[in-house]
Amino acid sequence: MKSDIVLAGVGGQGILSIAATLGMAAVENHLYLKQAEVHGMSQRGGDVQSHLRLSSEPVASDLIPKGKADIILSVEPMESLRYLPFLSRKGWLVTNITPFENIPEYPDMEKVMAEIEKLPHHIAIDADQIASEVGNRRASNIVMLGAASPFIDIPYDALEEGIRKIFSRKGEGVVEVNLKALRAGRQAAEESLAHMN
Amino acid sequence: MHKLLLLGDEAIAQGAIDAGLSGVYAYPGTPSTEITEYIQGSKLARERNIHSKWSANEKTAMETALGMSYAGKRAMTCMKHVGLNVAADAFINAAITGVNGGLVVVVADDPSMHSSQNEQDSRVYGKFAMISILEPHNQQEAYDMAYHAFELSEKHALPVMIRLTTRLAHSRAGVIRKPLLDQNNSSLPKDPTQFVLLPAFARRNYKHLLSTRPDLEQVSTESPYNWMIDGHDKSLGIVACGITYNYLMENFKDRELNHPVLKLSQYPMPRSIINQLINECDEILVLEDGYPVIEELLKGYQEAGTPIHGRLDGTLPRDGELNPNIVASAFNLPVEEGFPVPDLVKSRPPAMCKGCGHIDAYKALNIALEEYGPGRVFADIGCYTLGALPPYNAINSCVDMGASITMAKGATDAGLNPSVAVIGDSTFTHSGMTGLLDAVSEKTPITVIISDNFTTGMTGGQDSQALGHLESIIQGIGVEPEHIRVFKPTSANLDEMVEIMREELKYQGVSVIIPRRQCIQTLRNKSLVHKVKELGL
Repeated sequence: MKSDIVLAGVGGQGILSIAATLGMAAVENHLYLKQAEVHGMSQRGGDVQSHLRLSSEPVASDLIPKGKADIILSVEPMESLRYLPFLSRKGWLVTNITPFENIPEYPDMEKVMAEIEKLPHHIAIDADQIASEVGNRRASNIVMLGAASPFIDIPYDALEEGIRKIFSRKGEGVVEVNLKALRAGRQAAEESLAHMN
Repeated sequence: MHKLLLLGDEAIAQGAIDAGLSGVYAYPGTPSTEITEYIQGSKLARERNIHSKWSANEKTAMETALGMSYAGKRAMTCMKHVGLNVAADAFINAAITGVNGGLVVVVADDPSMHSSQNEQDSRVYGKFAMISILEPHNQQEAYDMAYHAFELSEKHALPVMIRLTTRLAHSRAGVIRKPLLDQNNSSLPKDPTQFVLLPAFARRNYKHLLSTRPDLEQVSTESPYNWMIDGHDKSLGIVACGITYNYLMENFKDRELNHPVLKLSQYPMPRSIINQLINECDEILVLEDGYPVIEELLKGYQEAGTPIHGRLDGTLPRDGELNPNIVASAFNLPVEEGFPVPDLVKSRPPAMCKGCGHIDAYKALNIALEEYGPGRVFADIGCYTLGALPPYNAINSCVDMGASITMAKGATDAGLNPSVAVIGDSTFTHSGMTGLLDAVSEKTPITVIISDNFTTGMTGGQDSQALGHLESIIQGIGVEPEHIRVFKPTSANLDEMVEIMREELKYQGVSVIIPRRQCIQTLRNKSLVHKVKELGL
């Protein structure tokens, strides 16, 4: 088994929490894992990415080679397109469609969506909306993790366990919201897949 | 066995704790910050009373660590590559004094300058100091090296450098721990003159340092971190340093690698192993993340003998971080790009946060300087360096920690009057204070803006040594109290700020203006909020 995942977003959107949850789940399942992340200057509202590699075999490189990522998991639509050279021809683009507009010339959303829809395998959901519905808009990152979960070869309950561990120090309420967010994200992806079929 | 999921930085921290560390000394700097932060947050480190408070700068950190080593305990100092420039005097001389308790110097380099002003390679410094350098290729090796480095340091009575790069510093993987060792007892150096670098003693110590060269090389030859993988195709031999070994192996996961490979992670270079590789192979390819340090050594000046390929002959790019694709291109392996990036994707540079006090200070400064014309603002290292970008376009320099004040003085000496320095509170106590003294000594007409946010912001909100002391330091250096002007930078205060700045720009002496408001990223840090309130700031 191997899953090479590029996580994408804007500094402060919580991609490191996605990485931490997946990492925790992977370690508990005795998978090998490498996860390269960005700290420092770019975190101040700039584009951020993390390369997450899960495998039943030891992982060599901390960085995913171009064309080898199984999934691009993005919490922001324009950012989902920035790392396309890394996506395998068979890979899935899983992205949130709520834009984070902190630059003067943010592109027209219709054009962004058209680019996303050009890709052979994509899931595009409104994670902010879904997160609001389950109780906290800030859980949109975990909604996206749920949406990507059908494509990651880790048992769903291991992801739930990961969320319990990562968010436990923030209190039971935060854990519950994130568990709901995970479930809702997965459902949204499954509905999209059913619609495609 | 249970694995901890650790960043390369954290693996070094855990390795040092488990090896009986008594103190870590550091100033925050990406990508090294998380080493010290991990020790600050470690319950085990607290129980063992391991010192982990931030130092004022890298030089004070290095010297304090050396003092702990003098007293017989195991000490570590951590910094980013440019921090080693600040600490270089202490670093080079620590190799001349040698150590008592183990002393480990961890330096995190930043090839590709993700968060830095250059990409200098600290292995050059390690070679300059003539000490052993360890360069881990993965997180487990980072842990193992930190764990064993103290013993190595004590065995040869020399500091040991651990050099890593951003990619490993900030990448996580599973790490297995080793048994927890006791801390050293205090002890004085056996020779009371060991640390006294009077010329007569220093000459003796230096001869001793030179005499350790064969021993250190022997240790590299026998090092568990350096290994050879044989291959039957001797048309090319590969030297893969540190993390580049991972990129090499990534490319040969599903392909045969028939060339001999030397995985190199401990220096000085193990000459006998390298010679064997050179003798066996027609050509050599050197992979290293950073400067072509080993490549240049192998090539030499005469460029005779076995052809050496790498960054110097264009086989690999001369600058920037390596990655699996760049290494693939050195072997002419195909790179399968996924999909092109659509043109509509815009760059999203980092920016100061909405509501940040630096923004209000820059807005006022830009207005106050309108009458003098552009090109006179010397800034420093911190979030406020982002004032160089639109819409502010407010600064004209950013060179090294503290250079704002001294460059403003030099420009004023050259007739650029008024000249302005912009520096943060933490950078000021790191390296700005001595420059301010130069200006006060000559009453040079400069205006220094210390944008005070009570923290070391860019690296994630670490403690600032300036907190609660700023005005007393500035007065102590000799700035006249009536020219120390403090205010809260907000949009409502814009007119008042502009007026104060205009007054001080006119003053033909040293002025210090302090726009003071807590960094908004730290507002959730309850203890800092409480402390600020207690200090009445």
